[in-house]
Amino acid sequence: MTQYLIRRLLIAIPSLLGISVILFTVLALAPGDPFEELATNPAIPPEVRQQLRASLGMDDPIHIRYFSWLAAMLRGEWGYSFVSRIPVDDLILQRLPTTIAVIGASQVLALCIALPVGVYSATRPYSIFDQIANTLAFIGFSLPTFFTGLLFILFFSIYLDWLPFVYNANINATGWKWWWEQIRQSIMPVAVLGLFQGAAWTRYVRSAVLDVIRLDHVTTARAKGLPESRITMRHVVRNAMIPVVTLVALQMPAVFGGAIVTEQIFRVPGIGSLLISAILANDTPVIMAVTFVLSALVIFFNLVADILYGWLDPRISYR
Amino acid sequence: MSAPRLLEIAGLKVHFKTDDGWVRAVDGVDIGVDAGETLCVVGESGCGKTVTAKTILKLIDMPPGRIVAGSITWQGRDLVPMTGAQMRAIRTKQIGFIFQEPMTSLNPVYTVGEQIAEAVRMHEGLSRRAAMDRAAEMLSLVHIPNAARRVHDYPHQFSGGMRQRVMIAMALSCNPKLIIADEPTTALDVTIQAQILDLMNEMKEKLGTAILLITHAMGVVAETAQRVVVMYAGKVVEEAPVGPLFATPRHPYTQGLIRSIPRLDLAATEHKRLEAIPGTVPSLLDPPPGCRFAARCRFAQAECRSAEPPLRELATGHKVACHFAESIAA
Repeated sequence: MTQYLIRRLLIAIPSLLGISVILFTVLALAPGDPFEELATNPAIPPEVRQQLRASLGMDDPIHIRYFSWLAAMLRGEWGYSFVSRIPVDDLILQRLPTTIAVIGASQVLALCIALPVGVYSATRPYSIFDQIANTLAFIGFSLPTFFTGLLFILFFSIYLDWLPFVYNANINATGWKWWWEQIRQSIMPVAVLGLFQGAAWTRYVRSAVLDVIRLDHVTTARAKGLPESRITMRHVVRNAMIPVVTLVALQMPAVFGGAIVTEQIFRVPGIGSLLISAILANDTPVIMAVTFVLSALVIFFNLVADILYGWLDPRISYR
Repeated sequence: MSAPRLLEIAGLKVHFKTDDGWVRAVDGVDIGVDAGETLCVVGESGCGKTVTAKTILKLIDMPPGRIVAGSITWQGRDLVPMTGAQMRAIRTKQIGFIFQEPMTSLNPVYTVGEQIAEAVRMHEGLSRRAAMDRAAEMLSLVHIPNAARRVHDYPHQFSGGMRQRVMIAMALSCNPKLIIADEPTTALDVTIQAQILDLMNEMKEKLGTAILLITHAMGVVAETAQRVVVMYAGKVVEEAPVGPLFATPRHPYTQGLIRSIPRLDLAATEHKRLEAIPGTVPSLLDPPPGCRFAARCRFAQAECRSAEPPLRELATGHKVACHFAESIAA
């Protein structure tokens, strides 16, 4: 097991290097220049701009730039944002708590919907409950989040005026009042994302459970005289969780990446909106760092998924 | 037949709802099993033997299945009207069940010990430890080497034959009075088949458990049964002790089944093609009136196509459902 882990982590190194090369090249080839604004600013002479470029190494050939970026990364220097001059790692750490809180809560909500509803529907296929759940799930994941987001804002913020629709990262309050405001402004983004994800997962859980419920070993469990509830929990859900866990674990990088669209709609200052604003401003160090962190997370959670998989399914051995 | 009746199935009808109508999979079946005996139910695929077996423990899916009529009397109590909880107390505790597919009948994510112990804990209220000890004991009873260690192995670490031994151990774990084995050897290769049949015979001798063996292989019947019930298209066509059945089969279908057993001694000298029964089983959606075998029977008369032959006793314990059973002796 330890050996397997070490080998998997070693394999991750070339993948990360490959990803960084591709990201770096794509960003270098992309049109746009962070110094565009300086070029149009009459107060800054062209020589100063040239000097700035040279001091930042922007005129070096691409492979040299890549290696200096890599060397800096290895030393733990993530660089500075071109726009705000704030260290990139500080920027990311600033945004991360909000993203994890909002997106994480929505994923938890999605699981809390998907697991019970999916399992219950699958144990009673084509019942009224199943039909209703199926229809709602279908509607749920057919509606894009930017649409339901606007619908929610229209209804709960503008028509009913119950909830704020702009997320405020610096609430002027303390104690339970701070929590109350925090919850109030999180409800809509969490609900929009959670319901969307929950709808998709419900269908996935339902089909995974339906696949297992037909298997012979479930009839064996019934022939043993076990009560239905125990058969469902121990012999159906446990087995059906194997593919579901993989799906959920692979979804986890999205928690850190933030849901870009939803964060934009509700003005949630998370990683997703950081990435968007960085892209709009040609802020290469920030784009590079955020995308690189995301790809590292994808690789990490792939590993987590594989380990969970082996823990759930004894047929898989780590060799 | 001095042994008491354990199980008496009378007039059992099990129908399944499909898009095209009701399929009469089991259409009036009478089967009795005495304590300590092996009764074989034979018939080709789709004749209703598996449905009959599963219905005894109500393991068929209801819906689409439905017990339309009949009774299943287990030690004096009818199982048909029983509630789920009452049925659960009978499953494995009093009637064990062995399935056809050992490769898929065990849950891949639990050790075989856990799966056997689960039934024991459920029915006998043993502690986890005691139940695991019982599981190891059962595994060694069915001749699995290193049983004490292998209880902690997962099903994928066992071969098909070994898994079927595990299934037998599981079925026997609560010391039931009857074991229903639904084609327990069909999925296994021939040498393993013989071992599993030997094991079942041995268990029957050792524990006095009665066996209701469902099979389509006449060879298996000859090797294990005391009595045989032949089913065709959802009905019993012949019932007899094993000796008379093979010596003097009365129903044309039984005769056909016996003639279609491959025989090494004949094949070598006469170079004859293996005899088969022409035609296929009729649709059970809308079975023809009269004898259901009439369309494939070479002795069929007009009467066969209009009147359904009742099951009647020709000799002691030998019953046949054929109008002309006396005149067509093989």
